[in-house]
Amino acid sequence: MRFAGRTVGWSAGLTAVLCAVVTVSAGIGPVWIPPGAVAKVLLNAVAVPTGVSLSGLALDVSTTRLFAYPVTDLQTQIVMKVRLPRILLGAVVGFSLAAAGTIMQGIFRNPMADPSIIGVSSGAAVGAVGYIVAPVAIPLGLGLRGAAFAGAILAAFGVYLIATRNGETPVATLLLAGVAVQTFLGAVVSFLLLQSGESIRQALFWLMGHLKGASWPEVASSVLLVAVPFVVLLAYARDLNVMLLGEEDAQSLGIEVERTKRVLLALSSVVTAAGVAVAGIIGFVGLIVPHVMRLLVGPDHRILLPTAALAGASFLVATDTLARSGSAEVPVGIVTAALGAPFFLYLLRKREVREL
Amino acid sequence: MSGAGDDADPAPDRRGPMLDVADLSVTFGDQRVLSGVDFDVERGTLVGLVGPNGAGKTTVLRTVKGTLEPDGGTVRVDGEPVADRSAKAVGRLVASTPQGTDLSFDFTVRQTVEMGRTPHLGRFDRMGECDHTAVETAMERASVDRFADRPFTSLSGGERQRVLLARALAQETPVLLLDEPTANLDINHAVRTLELVRSLVADGKTAVAAIHDLNLAARYCDELVLLADGAVRAAGRPSDVLTSDTLRDAFDAETLVTTQPGTDAPLVTPLAEREAVDRQVHVVGTGAPAADALASLVGADCRVSVGVVPAGDAAAERAADLDCEAVTVPAFAGVDDTARERAVALARAADAVVVAGAVGDGNAPVVEAGRVRLGVETDGRDGPDDAPSGLVGDTVPLAALPAAVATLPPPVETDAAAPLGQSSTD
Repeated sequence: MRFAGRTVGWSAGLTAVLCAVVTVSAGIGPVWIPPGAVAKVLLNAVAVPTGVSLSGLALDVSTTRLFAYPVTDLQTQIVMKVRLPRILLGAVVGFSLAAAGTIMQGIFRNPMADPSIIGVSSGAAVGAVGYIVAPVAIPLGLGLRGAAFAGAILAAFGVYLIATRNGETPVATLLLAGVAVQTFLGAVVSFLLLQSGESIRQALFWLMGHLKGASWPEVASSVLLVAVPFVVLLAYARDLNVMLLGEEDAQSLGIEVERTKRVLLALSSVVTAAGVAVAGIIGFVGLIVPHVMRLLVGPDHRILLPTAALAGASFLVATDTLARSGSAEVPVGIVTAALGAPFFLYLLRKREVREL
Repeated sequence: MSGAGDDADPAPDRRGPMLDVADLSVTFGDQRVLSGVDFDVERGTLVGLVGPNGAGKTTVLRTVKGTLEPDGGTVRVDGEPVADRSAKAVGRLVASTPQGTDLSFDFTVRQTVEMGRTPHLGRFDRMGECDHTAVETAMERASVDRFADRPFTSLSGGERQRVLLARALAQETPVLLLDEPTANLDINHAVRTLELVRSLVADGKTAVAAIHDLNLAARYCDELVLLADGAVRAAGRPSDVLTSDTLRDAFDAETLVTTQPGTDAPLVTPLAEREAVDRQVHVVGTGAPAADALASLVGADCRVSVGVVPAGDAAAERAADLDCEAVTVPAFAGVDDTARERAVALARAADAVVVAGAVGDGNAPVVEAGRVRLGVETDGRDGPDDAPSGLVGDTVPLAALPAAVATLPPPVETDAAAPLGQSSTD
């Protein structure tokens, strides 16, 4: 009970931090809106369903807004139409990268693993740059995002297949297969960039990772893609703890190791791909955030997974605010790496990581 | 209906062996690690797996806990093949302590022990009252409760091993597998660990331990299984399994097997590997010094005889253990002529006579019959070496005895020419 309380406490605290970061971030931009006003705009937008009616084939849900604070139309427009989609998308991407990073570090029993270790990001890069260079019609209007997502999943699945023999996937093989496939896909991306001509700028911008041009439908689809696997991952948190003892021990403690690894790899790949597909390659969030949270809350994944995910959301929203608040916008991937790498080196020197 | 069901799926036989390993074979790639391993373990006993490095002890344990699928043969726990059970079901039957665990994340001792409850919990279950009780009991029993809240990685090797044992106890299984439970432990903790295992076995658990230390294994295990080159070389009571012959066969090493003081468990003393010394030696003396000299010479492959010694003397008993020829007389009876003549004949035929420990006047002619006479330093522990002082030439420490014998001139062709042969080489 004490433990469950700790999990809830930390999660609630970090959710509050996330709300605060979102509120402040939505006020920052060419037009400054004070946090109080942003909060009022956000509260005005809260609606609860009050009734359902069937008209023809469409299901009509009538909603009632709970609050009606006096705010200007301009403020509402800026917050709701311009800034909030991007901020929420940043939150979802940060959430997904940190969650997937936590899982990967657990599977690989290595605090230096990151979400793209099995080739997800490189696969997404090939998909995205390939689409930019030679756009093909992808149904459902998925376009760039769809190509990136498909590339990510294919790469992860390919690495998994390469590393699997007789139904067993040793993590060392998985790691090395991931490195090799990433190198190969990196070469493919370089080749595609050479062929990109006019669109090289767009391709490079994607590769650097950014959240520009986010829209509400994108937010909705990525929330869905991240939320469902994340709930399942939470249910596997204890299994992941036991896996940290080593696969041999985990098996003798009743964990079906290979099946668990498959589930965890598949779900965390989907979560990572959902993030990378909309935001491009954003480094260090999935590496640093789980690492720092492990120092704060300990290695138990039942508390580490939700808290790392929430902290990742806040971290990316904050860094993206920094990225877009300068005179010229910088891709957020540059900001996370520029902040994250020195901090990581500081940790490395301080904690002296002796074992990998 | 139930009759048909019973035929198809007979209830496990509660009186059969807890663990039944039949015709087990395992190959890694081209390498055959186990072939035709057969043994079983009765309920409520502690069985030790012994054997040289690479004999397949750990592999046997891995197949029993279901983490390694054998290429052939079956392992039955409580009557049912392990292969037919889920990992969870095996985890409720068999707990194991690994040789070591490299944990790169800082779980506390309590968290580590709590993981032992995993096989008892469903995916969405929380630890209940009985789970917490099991964890506390296990930590107390393995005496790791003192550092329950310390990180596992901050513990010493021996402490970690006890935490892993506590984790296995928290599983509350009828079968306990221990892979080198004493490997990193000092003698005190090694004995305490095995005493703990004994008390668990007394409470009804069945335990199998791979143990390197033959003497600890002999002392604590009800039965031993001696593995070498992936096959069972001997199995049964420790005194039947640990003999010089089986050990030579399994370890390719010379050993001296006696009895551990205060118990009837065998005591294995490895003898240092030496060049075989092809000499015939007659030992004169009594007590421990003479017994040690016999063991040392036999270990070096000398042909050894002893006498005259009183029956029941340590030297006489050791001679019987080692299959040496001994000339004995009844205790306190003194040396009679027949015995003295036999001993003199042996001494004369030998390349050297070794004097170790107290020698009475009755044996003086035996010593004098030797062509070369060597004394063994006794550290003054067993009687004064007054009698032989005038009789022996050089005195050497026990450890140097085989080497000293080896430097003697090679055996001569005929007994009659012996004195001449020796003087000619001088």
